[in-house]
Amino acid sequence: MGHAEKKRCDMTDRREANNSSAGQVDHPDPKIKVRELTIHYGKVRVLNNLSLDIQKNEILSVIGPANSGKTSFLRSLNRLNDFEPNIRMSGSILLDGRNIYKDLDAEGLRKRVGMIFALPIPLPRSIHDNITYGPRLAGDHDKSALDQLVEDSLKAAYLWDEVKDRLRSSALKLSGGQQQRLCIARTLALKPEVILFDEPCSGLDPISTAKVEESMMELKKNHTIVLVTNNTKQAARVGTRTAFFLMGDLVEIDSTEKIFTAPADSRTNDYIIGRFG
Amino acid sequence: MKNEVVKEKIGFGVLLLATLLVVIPVLLIIWLILSKGWSALSWEFLFTMPRDGMRAGGIFPAIVGTFYLVIASIAFSLPIGVLAAIYLSEYAADNLLTRIINLAIINLAGVSSVVFGLFGLSLFVIFLKFGVSIISGALTLGIMTLPVIITTTREALRAVPKSYREVSLSLGASRWQTIRHSVLPFALPGILTGAILSIGRVAGETAPILFTVAAFYLPKLPHSLSDQVMALPYHLYIVTTQIPYIPENFRFGTALVLVGLVLIMNITAVIIRSKYRKRK
Repeated sequence: MGHAEKKRCDMTDRREANNSSAGQVDHPDPKIKVRELTIHYGKVRVLNNLSLDIQKNEILSVIGPANSGKTSFLRSLNRLNDFEPNIRMSGSILLDGRNIYKDLDAEGLRKRVGMIFALPIPLPRSIHDNITYGPRLAGDHDKSALDQLVEDSLKAAYLWDEVKDRLRSSALKLSGGQQQRLCIARTLALKPEVILFDEPCSGLDPISTAKVEESMMELKKNHTIVLVTNNTKQAARVGTRTAFFLMGDLVEIDSTEKIFTAPADSRTNDYIIGRFG
Repeated sequence: MKNEVVKEKIGFGVLLLATLLVVIPVLLIIWLILSKGWSALSWEFLFTMPRDGMRAGGIFPAIVGTFYLVIASIAFSLPIGVLAAIYLSEYAADNLLTRIINLAIINLAGVSSVVFGLFGLSLFVIFLKFGVSIISGALTLGIMTLPVIITTTREALRAVPKSYREVSLSLGASRWQTIRHSVLPFALPGILTGAILSIGRVAGETAPILFTVAAFYLPKLPHSLSDQVMALPYHLYIVTTQIPYIPENFRFGTALVLVGLVLIMNITAVIIRSKYRKRK
């Protein structure tokens, strides 16, 4: 498992938001830099003054009970929060040093920061159409290039062998686990740099879950991954680092091993051993 | 039998009775029109001009007139209604203006058709100088059907899962691309339902066309949008109340043709709709 890499325990406390601090030596420029992010829905504060870094090629697991703000955090990273009617945000999110709310347009950002949802949601189209949806809308119409893209994406999501003979049939006919891997392939077709997983295995059986986790571990080599999960065991299995959120606060972020063996905060420990949540 | 089971049986019986009460008038209407009007149907009745002060000959100009009115008014109201519904459901923020617009639409649906007729007369016929013509009648009928089309389209758009929109957006599509490729295709059957409802309404309305387009007797076909036409519902009113000594089957024959015409147009729309459903 990848979380054995001790050198990654670059504790990013909100008090030491400075890149030059000791823990950051190995990673002078994080892929994503979140600073003092606060999110309100109407009068409800769902995220409170969050600061953390997400490093290149790591899987950052985000765990926490319901209403801890972890999904809101995830959806702010690709600006899917933009469409919430009563949302108020403050703070900043930098992707490669550029502010995603000021320097980047939302469509371009979402191509770079892909998202896998909790339930697999294939569009009611063919497998082929699902995967080429994003590229085609971005203006890519070269048929052979698209076919190649479909093959590459499906292979990367470990689905190619199961569907290569029926690319033109409806994606709705696939099983739940296959649909979720199709969604991964569809996101990969955009060649994103960051992939956000929002409880991607909550509706899947253990075998399908294992396949999705396997592809996550493989994707880590070339992508930065943020995984929101209700399954602490999953966080322990795949996370390079793990962040524990509670009621909109970041309680603790550290190497997964540290979080699961010797967490600094007793609340983290309580959650992990199942005392609440 | 247990008390609860008896209660349930009685409950189902009441529900069934209510359903039958709905069906019976429909069947009676169809039976009445068919039995009294069927004998009037002939090639001459369907495809020739009226003769003898409308006591003989056919009702062809009225059929053509109603057909034109339906096509012209739907051609006007469907695009505008659908575009307005897209704006209201996908883009408009929930603010005072939107709420006023929604209220206006609901009120528009409640305005009686004769008032629409008067409105069409003053705006299109007199003020805009379109005269008593197909264009005036079609616009009046179109405005009358707008609320139906907007409401059904909006419901159809809302029925498309939010998740489709989010998936599309998350794949880098713009808002309009999302609407165009991941919302509208799945809302289309519902939108066509609105169109179908409107066809029936437009074909059957008498009051709005009375002031704006319908001719009492006009034994020639229209050449342009600025011509007057005869129309089936108005013709039905005329032959039933205004002309003495007319064969009874002429009246019911006219009603039968009106119902049949709406049925044919509806079936066409239903076929188009089912094709789109299959495409999913």
